[in-house]
Amino acid sequence: MTSEAADSAEAVGAIAPAADAGFLQRYGGAIEYVLIPGAAVAGALAVFGIFVMLFGKNPLDLYFYMYYGAFGTWFSWQNTLTRAAPLILTALCTALPAQLGMVIIGGEGALLIGALSATSAALLLQGMPPFVVQIAMVIAGVIGGGLWITLAGALRQYRGVNETISSLLLVYIALAILNHLVEGMMRDPASLNKPSTREIGAANMIGSIPGTDVHWGLVFGLIAAVAAYILIYHTVFGFAARVAGGNIRAARIVGLGVSKLILTICFLAGGAAGLAGMVEVAAVQGRTNANLAAGYGFTGILVAFLARQNPLAIIPVAILLGGISASGGLLQRRLGLPDASVLVLQGIIFVFVLASDALYGRIGFLKGKS
Amino acid sequence: MADGSIGLWTVSLAVLGGAIRVSTPFLFVSLGECITERSGRINLGLEGTLVMGAMSAYGISYLTGSPWLGLLAAGITGALLGALHAGICSLPRVNDVAVGIALMLFGTGLAFYLGKPLIEPTAPRLPAIDFGWWSDIPQVRAALRVNVLFLIGVALAPTLYWAFRATRWGLLIRTAGESSDAARAMGHSVLLIRLRATMVGGFLAGIGGSFLSLFYPGSWNEGLSSGQGITAVALVIFARWDPLLCLWASLAFGGAAALGPALQSVGVTSGYHLFNAAPYVLTLAIMIITCSPKRTLTGAPAELSITR
Repeated sequence: MTSEAADSAEAVGAIAPAADAGFLQRYGGAIEYVLIPGAAVAGALAVFGIFVMLFGKNPLDLYFYMYYGAFGTWFSWQNTLTRAAPLILTALCTALPAQLGMVIIGGEGALLIGALSATSAALLLQGMPPFVVQIAMVIAGVIGGGLWITLAGALRQYRGVNETISSLLLVYIALAILNHLVEGMMRDPASLNKPSTREIGAANMIGSIPGTDVHWGLVFGLIAAVAAYILIYHTVFGFAARVAGGNIRAARIVGLGVSKLILTICFLAGGAAGLAGMVEVAAVQGRTNANLAAGYGFTGILVAFLARQNPLAIIPVAILLGGISASGGLLQRRLGLPDASVLVLQGIIFVFVLASDALYGRIGFLKGKS
Repeated sequence: MADGSIGLWTVSLAVLGGAIRVSTPFLFVSLGECITERSGRINLGLEGTLVMGAMSAYGISYLTGSPWLGLLAAGITGALLGALHAGICSLPRVNDVAVGIALMLFGTGLAFYLGKPLIEPTAPRLPAIDFGWWSDIPQVRAALRVNVLFLIGVALAPTLYWAFRATRWGLLIRTAGESSDAARAMGHSVLLIRLRATMVGGFLAGIGGSFLSLFYPGSWNEGLSSGQGITAVALVIFARWDPLLCLWASLAFGGAAALGPALQSVGVTSGYHLFNAAPYVLTLAIMIITCSPKRTLTGAPAELSITR
């Protein structure tokens, strides 16, 4: 909601110096990237308001509680940021391969495998100093998730298997592996109703940022997003990736190692989602169980598309979407909406954002007369 | 020894029965997707359509007392979602794969939202025809209790095969899928052909969903479909866009999906979750074997974005 306020503020700013055509020529494109997704989110919120009105709820109440539950108090801000942390990381899992023109939607699977690897590392290293265990968990999570998505990338590169479908199939396979392990080999005998692994131990949890209840995973997410931005826009590797994404034949002709690009990018993408799994284990759950399949991987796809696959833009968008999911509890309690209402809103936003792709370059006053 | 052979028989029978029971949603979704993809567009949102179909079929069947009305409602819901997909895709510069992902999330979310009150009540289910009346063995009878939808699906596959080859509609859909320029030159609207193809595809996928909630497993809950829709989309690719191959592939998938429950029924419980993942592993394995990075797949509609 705050981002909309920001959008409209920028929109006003965009109109004010309209006499200066050079300004619009220079920044018209950038403004478009804020204005159009902002308008799409606003449109989606309007449609969602009508939707809940059909169920006899007051849409104004809805907007108020959504704002209140997401950004209204310090408590809700902390809830929002806690949820934004894994979303930043899983969104990178879609946004990085998108630079190569690949559509990877298997972040959820990489998250689960990352969580499983991180938990295994922690359980193997019990008794070691917490710092060592935490480093090992990060490494295990990144490698586990990274290899999982690299598999989808390798299948695409070497066998021509469509990466969208294979990465989604890998989600279900990852979930089966997780269920198999937590109900079998890795099961804590004490976990009766909800099969889980043993706990990684309170000392090994990564804890909160001082003065808040927001865990350090948010910082991991911010660092990863900024690093991804620098990698894509300010390094030769990122430039090569974007060339290959724009025209793969041209990339081959100028001698770029496309296979290496694809595998590296997929590894980094999966590593980000795997790190999200590690964070969820080491900061929230303390163990691995089916709770981890909470849909962060799927919401991450939406975050990436809404951010137009830009790693920096992912940060505010993840906070917005984290806010929407944080407000879900309040909507359930105060308005009696089912918990799936967040999913419905996310779906509507997704549809609006994609439909708004048709608007780019078509908004008259942003073109700037030359 | 005797125990072992009975166990093996039970498992094979259960897999056979499962192939018939479990394959039906795969069959309907893949036939529907086959029509859509032949027109040159891919609808990845059929997973959402399947879940929405299952929910609306269950709801209408519960409210009206008629599972057949539920079936119809599922089909109509599916067609509407198909129309939404086609409508958004007909806007310029909109990617059909991304719209499919969006509708997959939207469809499942909406179904969970609207289906909340339907988890408790029991709705009337679709009837089954008993083909096993001649046998005294209960397992055989259970395996041969066949739903009408399965028979319709089996009849639909050769009908579609024939329709693609020999009817005006089939040729139009294929023309739109192979070369939109050619279809346009003939004076047809490619967008309209694809809209209709996606709606018919959605209709069939919705029917497939109704089978899940009204026959097997036969109730509505949020874990009803776990990727059957997307597996069926993948299935179309290695069935080479051929409705008859879709039928065989669906049967193989049904058998694979029935393996876990079948083994569980004879007491093999370890690895239950892994056996449940068999259809996904099988899909992936077949895609790995049949796809190739060097050439486009034979039979692939030339306009299809996912094979380029």
